[in-house]
Amino acid sequence: MIKVRNLKKNFGPKVAVNGVSFTVEKGEVLGFLGPNGAGKSTTMRMITGFIPPSGGDVSIGGFDIVEKPLEAKRLIGYLPENAPSYADMSVAGFLAFTAELRGLSGTDLRKAVDRAIEMCFLEPVRHQSIETLSKGYRHRTCFAQSIIHDPEVLILDEPTDGLDPNQKHEMRTLIRRMGEKKAIIFSTHILEEVDAACSRAIIIDRGVIVANGTPAELRQRSANAGAVVLRLASGASGTGVKAKLDQVSAVERSVVVSESPLTVRAFPRKNGRGPDFARALAEVALRERWPIEELHTEEGRLDEVFRTITVPDTDTKKEDAQ
Amino acid sequence: MNSSIGNIRTIAKRELVGYFSSPVAFVFIVIFLLLAGFFTFMIAGFFERGEANLQPFFTWHPWLYLFLVPAVGMRLWSDERRLGTIELLLTMPVTAWQAIVGKFLAAWAVLALALVLTFPVVVTVNYLGHPDNGVILGGYIGSLLLAGSGLAISSMTSAITRNQVVSFILAVVISLFLILAGYPPVTNLLVQWASPWFVEGVAAFSVMTHFESIQKGVLDSRDVLYFLSVIVFGLFTTGVVVRAHRAG
Repeated sequence: MIKVRNLKKNFGPKVAVNGVSFTVEKGEVLGFLGPNGAGKSTTMRMITGFIPPSGGDVSIGGFDIVEKPLEAKRLIGYLPENAPSYADMSVAGFLAFTAELRGLSGTDLRKAVDRAIEMCFLEPVRHQSIETLSKGYRHRTCFAQSIIHDPEVLILDEPTDGLDPNQKHEMRTLIRRMGEKKAIIFSTHILEEVDAACSRAIIIDRGVIVANGTPAELRQRSANAGAVVLRLASGASGTGVKAKLDQVSAVERSVVVSESPLTVRAFPRKNGRGPDFARALAEVALRERWPIEELHTEEGRLDEVFRTITVPDTDTKKEDAQ
Repeated sequence: MNSSIGNIRTIAKRELVGYFSSPVAFVFIVIFLLLAGFFTFMIAGFFERGEANLQPFFTWHPWLYLFLVPAVGMRLWSDERRLGTIELLLTMPVTAWQAIVGKFLAAWAVLALALVLTFPVVVTVNYLGHPDNGVILGGYIGSLLLAGSGLAISSMTSAITRNQVVSFILAVVISLFLILAGYPPVTNLLVQWASPWFVEGVAAFSVMTHFESIQKGVLDSRDVLYFLSVIVFGLFTTGVVVRAHRAG
């Protein structure tokens, strides 16, 4: 549905986006992650046809956004960053305006407005002027605009920005539900949202894609992924447990995370990840009669992955730069 | 083609709602009517002249429009950029020129409404004497075209900046140049040290030269063409500027 090939954007000498390629099919929700200024919004603006690319191309449902902008734009619903809207209009008036621009009229238009108002819980403020609304309502009004024509492609730039936790949850649920039938891209810098709503995620840093995969695949890249954490009841000695664990052949190294309650993290050797590693440690624990309270394999954490691949000063980054 | 007219109408309608839900349109209309009346009756001495025509009424329009039209036009695009709604508008399935024309027409309609509301002066002059109503109609057409060209220039300057004050001042300066280039006191001064053809050439660019003749009831196609080309130029340049901003 969305095909992005080698997309580039320069602002003068500054390179904002440098060769981004990916595709999103129907039924996929792509999370677009990256630190501030990484090029997320610029990429989305190029995909929606707001700014022309300096190089590469974007096609939406087979229509090139530069060659056939109107056909492509018809398929897209777009929530720009900061959710702009015409403050002097009422919620219903604004939605009717956008529906009209989307080519709807008569009963179709009224139905579309009603549906969008219902889906975004805007009924209480339907006739209120947008400038009098709270930020959450304004945000949802702009979001309602993006889904008014039931588009096949949804591009959402920070859809949960400025919402309270309940609204964030609702928004994620809505995105996930709509993602079953649409191709959705949404950008965020809140990592938990990737788990909550995405089927796939891309991490972009300084205009380049640095990671692309399912949330689970990305987590695998975390340093702690595959490590086993043991928590023991009081009475056990940290150094003793660590020494025993280090003797196990499958353990590469172990670390005492905290003394009270005693928590130890054991890292597997290379290629030694998996259930066997956890079982091996469980056997040791049983043999030693450790008062185990908890034993689990870490899945890895997205924020760790995010930090290691996007912070410029890490070793991998230096290699890239050279 | 139908859909482009539909889009232009939708955008113009929204703009009009914007003008009338804020004080902009009302303030403009009231101030325009007050000033037009003041200049016509107090300064130009409409009654004292004892002539049944609206020359003292129309003659002030270029000066009224000099400040009032940029005040209406300054928000056309600068507001869209400041609030970020331009991103919304231009990612809709509409072309930039549809948006430009739609917004322009809406603002022009506000100016036209203000002009229409000056009808009491037409009634008065018809009550007092027997004016040539054809000349008066010509004057109104000329005035509307004059307002339109000022508005097209304001549209251009408001696309240049997201700051409304800067947009306003730029539009006033450009309009002032277009007025002064053909204003008799200025052309008389120019004649003293420039060759006549140069003065003529500069004056040909002025709205004054063209407005004067329309106002006298001579609806020359060249004058109409002049105003239309200023409008087209202003809107075309707006398009170029909007595109340039998007390209970064």
